[in-house]
Amino acid sequence: MRADVFVAAEAPVMTDIVAGLAQVGLLVVALAVVYRPFGGYLAHVFTTEKHWRVEQAIYRLVRVNPDSEQRWPTYAAGVLGFGFVSALLLYLIQRFQPLLPLNFGRSIPPGMAFNTAVSFTTNTNWQSYVPEQVMGDTVAMAGLTVQNFVSAAMGMAVAVAVIRGFVRFRTDRLGNVWVDLTRATVRILLPISFAFAIVLVGLGAAMSLRSGVSVTGLDGAQHTIALAPSASEEAIKELGTNGGGIFNANSAHPFENPNAWSNLVEIFLLLVIPVSLTRTVGVMVGNPRQGHVLLGVMAVFWTGILTVTWWAEAHPNGPAARLAGAAMEGKETRFGIPSSTLFATSTTGTSTGAVNSMHDSYSGLGGAGPLFHMLLGEISPGGVGTGVYGILVLAIIAVFLAGLMVGRTPEYLGKKLGRREVTFASISILAMPLLVLVGTGLALALPAVTGSSLTNSGAHGLSEVLYAYTSTANNNGSAFAGLTVTNDFYQSTLGIAMVFGRFVPILATLALAGSLAAQRKVPETAGTLPTTGPLFATMLTGAALLVAALTFVPALALGPIAEALA
Amino acid sequence: MTTTLHDHDRPQRTIDEARERHLRNVGRVSAGVFNPRQLLVSLPDALRKLNPRHQLKNPVMFVVWVGSVLVTVFAIGQPGAFTVGVAAWLWFTVVFANLAEAVAEGRGKAQAETLRRTKKETVARRLREDGTEERVPGTELRVGDTVVVEAGEVIPGDGEVIDGIATVDESAITGESAPVIRESGGDRSAVTGGTTVLSDRIVVRISTRPGESFVDRMIALVEGAARQKTPNEIALTILLAVLTIIFLLAVVALQPMAGYSGAQQSVIVLTALLVCLIPTTIGALLSAIGIAGMDRLVQRNVLAMSGRAVEAAGDVDTLLLDKTGTITYGNRQATELIPVGSSTLDDLAGAARLSSLADGTPEGRSIVALCAREHGLPGEPQAGERSAEFVPFTAQTRMSGADLNGRRVRKGAASAVRTWVAEHGGSVPEEVHRIVDEISQQGGTPLVVAESTNGAAVVRGVIRLSDVVKKGMRQRFAELRAMGIKTVMITGDNPLTAKAIAEEAGVDDFLAEARPEDKMALIRREQEGGKLVAMTGDGTNDAPALAQADVGVAMNTGTMAAKEAGNMVDLDSDPTKLIEIVEIGKQLLITRGALTTFSIANDLAKYFAILPAMFVAIYPQLGKLNIMRLHSPQSAILSAVIFNALIIVALIPLALRGVRYRPTTATALLRRNLLIYGVGGIIVPFVGIWLVDLVVRLLPGIG
Repeated sequence: MRADVFVAAEAPVMTDIVAGLAQVGLLVVALAVVYRPFGGYLAHVFTTEKHWRVEQAIYRLVRVNPDSEQRWPTYAAGVLGFGFVSALLLYLIQRFQPLLPLNFGRSIPPGMAFNTAVSFTTNTNWQSYVPEQVMGDTVAMAGLTVQNFVSAAMGMAVAVAVIRGFVRFRTDRLGNVWVDLTRATVRILLPISFAFAIVLVGLGAAMSLRSGVSVTGLDGAQHTIALAPSASEEAIKELGTNGGGIFNANSAHPFENPNAWSNLVEIFLLLVIPVSLTRTVGVMVGNPRQGHVLLGVMAVFWTGILTVTWWAEAHPNGPAARLAGAAMEGKETRFGIPSSTLFATSTTGTSTGAVNSMHDSYSGLGGAGPLFHMLLGEISPGGVGTGVYGILVLAIIAVFLAGLMVGRTPEYLGKKLGRREVTFASISILAMPLLVLVGTGLALALPAVTGSSLTNSGAHGLSEVLYAYTSTANNNGSAFAGLTVTNDFYQSTLGIAMVFGRFVPILATLALAGSLAAQRKVPETAGTLPTTGPLFATMLTGAALLVAALTFVPALALGPIAEALA
Repeated sequence: MTTTLHDHDRPQRTIDEARERHLRNVGRVSAGVFNPRQLLVSLPDALRKLNPRHQLKNPVMFVVWVGSVLVTVFAIGQPGAFTVGVAAWLWFTVVFANLAEAVAEGRGKAQAETLRRTKKETVARRLREDGTEERVPGTELRVGDTVVVEAGEVIPGDGEVIDGIATVDESAITGESAPVIRESGGDRSAVTGGTTVLSDRIVVRISTRPGESFVDRMIALVEGAARQKTPNEIALTILLAVLTIIFLLAVVALQPMAGYSGAQQSVIVLTALLVCLIPTTIGALLSAIGIAGMDRLVQRNVLAMSGRAVEAAGDVDTLLLDKTGTITYGNRQATELIPVGSSTLDDLAGAARLSSLADGTPEGRSIVALCAREHGLPGEPQAGERSAEFVPFTAQTRMSGADLNGRRVRKGAASAVRTWVAEHGGSVPEEVHRIVDEISQQGGTPLVVAESTNGAAVVRGVIRLSDVVKKGMRQRFAELRAMGIKTVMITGDNPLTAKAIAEEAGVDDFLAEARPEDKMALIRREQEGGKLVAMTGDGTNDAPALAQADVGVAMNTGTMAAKEAGNMVDLDSDPTKLIEIVEIGKQLLITRGALTTFSIANDLAKYFAILPAMFVAIYPQLGKLNIMRLHSPQSAILSAVIFNALIIVALIPLALRGVRYRPTTATALLRRNLLIYGVGGIIVPFVGIWLVDLVVRLLPGIG
């Protein structure tokens, strides 16, 4: 994705705050309407004992006994093994593209294939390539889109295993990873994606297997406009919080995201599962208010980041943008500031990474918004599954401190938090900052790397590198374009950031779930710290904010903060 | 010992006395803390703890230690007011942390010293198998040896009285000057080495090896030698280590970023930033908090066998409390006079008082007191009454009373008095039986009073003796309820009586007609529901339940078996102390949590001090973050480091005393502590660093 692809003309800026607020309002209402039924449905999917016939066929095919449950190491081995095999297959499909149909004569070099394989299997969808130039339709549909489904399904599987850790007691079984994976795909992702692909086609998204059409432009020259099976890919791209566009311009491209309505639908799709999963937590632990607290904290961050970003873009500090009245560089005029910032906030709060505007072109503070949103650990509301287990892990740390402050061994959702729980939660939280800080530090410490890859220098250059490692370590995939990431250093280190950013927290959280499930249930008494009220929500918000702020403020000071204060 | 209807020799301590004692203890702690001399006295110990091997035990402080060494090396390379200043204050940070630990340990050492003095060299009179005595040093005694101890001699080791009865002065251990009785058999057979026999002669079977006695364990405990990290402390240490790693990463990664931005930082500045960010405040005070928590128990004469038990006390969900001695006074007291027949209330009061004037039993005294309090009769024998002849209670007559000038008054059990009245030509009115039955059913003890003048016996009425709930108990149980702790009263009374007292005392539940196995079953039931149970006990038959309970507090007056089974021993043998133990356990955790929150919240201000100082040269706009208007980059960094060190010293008293704890709901507690230590933790350093900077900017050589 290149920043210079879409630069808005200095069109009269649409500062229609009312339209923006109406869009936010519609979005919130839509999410509120589906919250209870859909969250409940998700809980039902992962707790029912009945198998669908098509699922039973799959289990027979892969020789899995769907009624046997697994201990956490087995479950984790399933997640890791599946990820490894997926990445390998995806790599091979890309490399063998010239032999496949619908290749349009394109090919993918090894470094790029590795990075893309890792990127799509980790639900990151970081794209170090220009789809129109390297990807054919077979790789896109049989390779990338398949991973869009299963990597999202795997996220949900892990989240459900963690919730089971809280719900179950005195057991070493967390469920069956293959069953959870299959159900998430068959019962949740496939039907919804199918329905919304049709909706998107109706709204004008392109759906074609042709490589493109030739047109004669106003200048009289011949141009090729690329086409792709975009509507179907778009639905799962958002629903699975994947974010990898079939066009380089991603959701800024009119064939992916033609108008304000499709824009709203896409934002709804990328938020709906992570938001509703908090309801699933509530249903499964038997107290919906536990889910409300998590959702409340998510909403506080989402609203806060949206407000800051929106305000910053509407009040830019650069001379050119000031002249224009708002920071319209890198934004689509059909979306304007409100819809662009709404999309940017939602895509970075989930692990989606799809963009309908170029984050690199945002003002200092406006760019810091999406960046900080990811640095919070993607919990507002986070990726499909990853968001909910991410915030549960943070809640464990918050409960630990809060519990000590009320004079009891800390308990959360009926489980005691001791040495093991704190250790696993810490490892899970530690992974992301480690990858971001070490990655950014390393990239900047090597002049050869920095010198050749950055289009910007100074504070903005630092922001670009920081954003790249933040996006990959959080499995977001959105880019502060302007950084050329096609050299081997970035392809490999960003790939590593994606792998560890995905699987270290998964391993740690599954270990945590195993340790929780083995415990007996602690009854809730009047002395138990209630984790449903606004006080705990405040504590959790503070803990998440403080952890992220304290870890990244020095780096942010040299990047976005220096830019914003200039 | 007197022979009474209800025999109890337990020291009768009211709740007020216990509270007073509690306050005294708190006073003792504070007095020690705020004595700056203690800091000086502990300084040599603190310096000794600079040994890296000691520092390794605490990951946070180890990082500070390494940083200090690093900065010192660089400061020597480029000496200046700033570099030397930072180096010096980093070392102070380490020393202050050591000081906190040393002061906490020092107070334990003083107590250990007092205890050691009781471990005088004793000469034991060991009995040979043929019954003759030999004199051996106390240190040579083995388990199973039997020794003779007579009045004026020191008991040479822990053991059990197997023959005889004696009064023993246990003040060396309990601080209680009143002697206690120790006798063979029953629940008062345990004796402790180092205590002195005051009267009579006992034969003791030694039950512990030298060096493992009660006093030895106590010394090890208060000195902190036996201290092991408790589960919550370990979990917290892990969290602190992780935070340290994150900040280490943030600072290490900052250097290339700074280099890229064109402002390479010196190692000194980076180290200063790191030390300010990692949670040094809690890291420095963590072990002092733990030691002080154990110490607070020792100050209250409770000996915890492990820190784990102290923490468990904070988690307790259910408290099992014995009715007698804990919830009610040990003896029943007269609470009502009910006249019968033609007798007036005054007739009954007069007779009841006369019958009890010379009766020294608690019941007797309570009758006189009731007559004095409610019927205006003199509380002391009058001149004319001194010649009265006292008729003591015997097992045969089951009555007591007095004869004065031909007037004979008797009080006692209904059947005994009935016989006496019949013998003296009187009859018992029907209503007496009704009243007696009623009182019995309500859980009281009826005493019938009769009088015979001139050969004609008449029943005057009935005295109601009942359990009296100790003052302040209701409120205490209400507090416990607010803390989420359920109280269960254990009693041998029938369910009806138990219910009446339970309601009066305000306990949540009761177990009536309780046998030891019922107690055990109750504990198991609660534990199966995931609850933590605490109880007190003294008898041998309490031992299994004490062992089963998560927190079992054995009374020091109890048997060895009970003491071995529990995980705490109360030297005062005061069962109400269980409530204080719970509070201390909670206070320990709260102090840790509060100081951790404070420590982390502090970082915000430090960023505002240090980050502009580091980068204002390349990005002047970052100067806007210098909201404290600190004088210069150097003064800002040095001030942050100095504040970081000083806050440790400032919080030592709090760490030792513990955060103030008042029983209330979890939400209220969290709100209060978040406000004080969270919000306060954000604000305090802004003010503190600003104040320090006002002084630091005056230093020569600071730019």
